[in-house]
Amino acid sequence: MPEPTITLNVSRYRPPDERVPTSQVYTIPYRPDWVVLDALNYIKDQVDGSLSFRWSCRMGVCGSCGMMINGEAKLTCSVFLRDYHPREILVEPLENFPVIKDLVIDMSDFLDKLKIVKPWIIRETEKPTSEGEYLQTPEEMDAYMGFSACINCLLCYAACPIFGVETDFIGPAALALGYRYNQDSRDEGSNMRWNVINDHHGTWQCTFVGECSVVCPKDVDPAAAIQRLKVDTAKHWIRSVLLPWGKRA
Amino acid sequence: MIRPDKSLLYYPRMPATWWLRKWSYFLFIVREFSSLFIAAYLVLFLVQLYQLGNGAAAYSTFTNSLKSPGWIVFHAVVLVFAVYHSVTWFYTTSIVIPLRIGGKEIPRAAFTAINIAAWIAVSAVVFGLYLLQ
Repeated sequence: MPEPTITLNVSRYRPPDERVPTSQVYTIPYRPDWVVLDALNYIKDQVDGSLSFRWSCRMGVCGSCGMMINGEAKLTCSVFLRDYHPREILVEPLENFPVIKDLVIDMSDFLDKLKIVKPWIIRETEKPTSEGEYLQTPEEMDAYMGFSACINCLLCYAACPIFGVETDFIGPAALALGYRYNQDSRDEGSNMRWNVINDHHGTWQCTFVGECSVVCPKDVDPAAAIQRLKVDTAKHWIRSVLLPWGKRA
Repeated sequence: MIRPDKSLLYYPRMPATWWLRKWSYFLFIVREFSSLFIAAYLVLFLVQLYQLGNGAAAYSTFTNSLKSPGWIVFHAVVLVFAVYHSVTWFYTTSIVIPLRIGGKEIPRAAFTAINIAAWIAVSAVVFGLYLLQ
């Protein structure tokens, strides 16, 4: 009995020889317990060492192996071949990003956006360690914990048509992280984030397609974070305009 | 951070038909376009108010003209889009303003259902008042 096989149709882009992506078909042994990343590694190791893609942890933690699988943004370490077999699997780089080579995207634009959101705890004054930790109640933790699981896999950007059309849009993951730190009771830096979040390319560019939350492998729900940021920025603006002490609020 | 040579990058372009690629994208576009139908109805409503200011006879002539099949179809189409748009807003409300009972956030579907139930109840009261006229 012949060994079962599965076919992967993989996007290739090899500059400077190629100026547009092409596709290459690989037929490899089918293993029902393999994920798509295993199949790509089999191709890399046994069939075609020139194929380029990112990966690291193989367990949905590092966020490196995001790709388009049959048109859907997925972590390739989390989708099994058995979910597609015997159909062909189309593997492409994440949508809406420039492609460096094959399945490797350029994420430097995202890293720039992440930086300007200041996704870290900002304190006006640090208290000395002798005074102990910054304590939080369970309710204070609940306010941000759901938004803190982002692994920067960029699936949300690949699923966001607004980012596809307006690449200046800060985007779901960066805004969700901005919201996460604004909600943190230990943080005092929300005023330093408002100008970025409230910018034309910030939260208001989102028209709530909602697909970012659908594809998020960590259930971060960036769509909710952005809609709540809209409410927060509106309240912040009203305070700063109407109330004399608003700018300090 | 080491940046790649931009001249060697491939920049994909989103096709104009992107909204046909996924059902969720299609529903999003329908939601956005539903605003146009609602805006068209509001223009008609403003005309109705204007005719009201022109006196009973002008208003009666205007409302009688709305009984034509074309206007009835228009109102039916607008109603469908208005209902769809409203439902999406109720769902959005459950995301933007999470409702907490006893310290726990209630499921969004339940919050949306409560909103829609309240909407139906208010609509029923308004319709009842109309019938009592």
